[in-house]
Amino acid sequence: MPIATQLPDAEALCVALAEAMRPHVDPAATALVGIHTGGVWVAERLHAALGLKIPPGSINVSFYRDDFSQRGLPANAKTSQIPFDVEGAHIVIVDDVLYTGRTIRAAMNELFDYGRPARIDLAVLTDRGGRELPIAPSFCPHSLSLPAAQILALERAEDGGLSFRLIDK
Amino acid sequence: MSEFGKPQSPQLNSHGELQHLLTIEGLPRDVLTRILDTAAPFSEVAEREVKKVPLLRGKSVFNLFFENSTRTRTTFEIAAKRLSADVINLNISTSSANKGETLLDTADNLAAMQADMFVVRHASSGAPYLIAQHLAATGRDHIHVVNAGDGRHAHPTQGLLDMYTIRHYKADFTQLTIAIVGDVLHSRVARSQIHALTTLGVPEVRVIAPKTLLPTGVERLGVRVFHDMREGLRGVDVVMMLRLQNERMQGALLPSSQEYFKSYGLTPEKLALAKPDAIVMHPGPMNRGVEIDSAVADGGQAVILPQVTFGIAVRMAVMAMLAGNS
Repeated sequence: MPIATQLPDAEALCVALAEAMRPHVDPAATALVGIHTGGVWVAERLHAALGLKIPPGSINVSFYRDDFSQRGLPANAKTSQIPFDVEGAHIVIVDDVLYTGRTIRAAMNELFDYGRPARIDLAVLTDRGGRELPIAPSFCPHSLSLPAAQILALERAEDGGLSFRLIDK
Repeated sequence: MSEFGKPQSPQLNSHGELQHLLTIEGLPRDVLTRILDTAAPFSEVAEREVKKVPLLRGKSVFNLFFENSTRTRTTFEIAAKRLSADVINLNISTSSANKGETLLDTADNLAAMQADMFVVRHASSGAPYLIAQHLAATGRDHIHVVNAGDGRHAHPTQGLLDMYTIRHYKADFTQLTIAIVGDVLHSRVARSQIHALTTLGVPEVRVIAPKTLLPTGVERLGVRVFHDMREGLRGVDVVMMLRLQNERMQGALLPSSQEYFKSYGLTPEKLALAKPDAIVMHPGPMNRGVEIDSAVADGGQAVILPQVTFGIAVRMAVMAMLAGNS
């Protein structure tokens, strides 16, 4: 992958991601779970674009992270909300940026504490490489390569518009 | 850091994070708020199919109860188990302490069993502080200490769960008038409540009690003192009842429990003087017919059982924050 010179357009990626998912979702039976915070915003967009019936869930992986002993609890830990029965469900985990895969592992561990899903897929806006676990996205319209010293973050403006920002660690 | 330039509280590490929870006195407002904020997502864990999160997996939490307790010990045990810790309960009033082992010898022995956290209840004020100090002096400050009630000094997790309860029902601390009623003299709960309420910016904290059940100089804690319960309850948003601590009474502080109920028992008639939407709290165990009438304890304004439920989430938050600040 080339080193990014220009950041992707988050709004365009939301549209592209919804189109990639459309043939693979059942509006009456597929449920979305967004990962705090950026994944929740993307899940809201996908939910509307795909016309899904089941309300989207949100997940906060702070209690399941594998780096708790080094980093402790974050100050802004949010409540996970899964407003549907996980048992036997088709769930799409939604996040903004896929990186090491550790957040996704934590999210799957957490989901299994609510029940046993029939199937879990993963939808992300972009894949920045650097995987540390054998995890791959099911739906991903974009990829780029970034040095480890940079964080790619999704931000939401007051009018609800989504955009990417690059933060130096 | 106090205004008198005293050294930083021993319960905070060099980054200002909680290392131990010994008392609410001196804790900065942002630390208190952080604990309450952290407790909120933990309360949701109890709604899951699997009521557990893996934060303290592989950690050993020792409940050291040198004084009897059912509710506090049980809720600490549930909280630690919901964090996936291994919990070992020791009722020391019935064990080695009776054979003459000192407090610090007990702590040393349990530390040698690879303890990660001590939850300490003791009849002597300062016992948890002594253990924390000893651990630091012997290079074992990776072991965290939580005060589960020491003498008349402090009961910080009770104070915190009370704040969580108030915030749940009343939202903004800076708009509230709150009355603490009863045996303030013997109550570590009252001290923790007063420190928490004033730190969180409650503009008017009242204490209502007979002179014999108030410590001298209680006004210096920033409270308004009332001896007439009817006068003190007028217009309050929250009524925090205290248990009449018969087992701590020495000498003739009260004529009789019937007399006490007449003057300081919370009846529906007295509660009617508070705001119509006032909530009634009690740390338990209740003495029905002594400090509280059953019609109030079981009535629509009582939030006494939600306090117990919130206590689990608050204790989970405290233990998870301590374990994450190694």
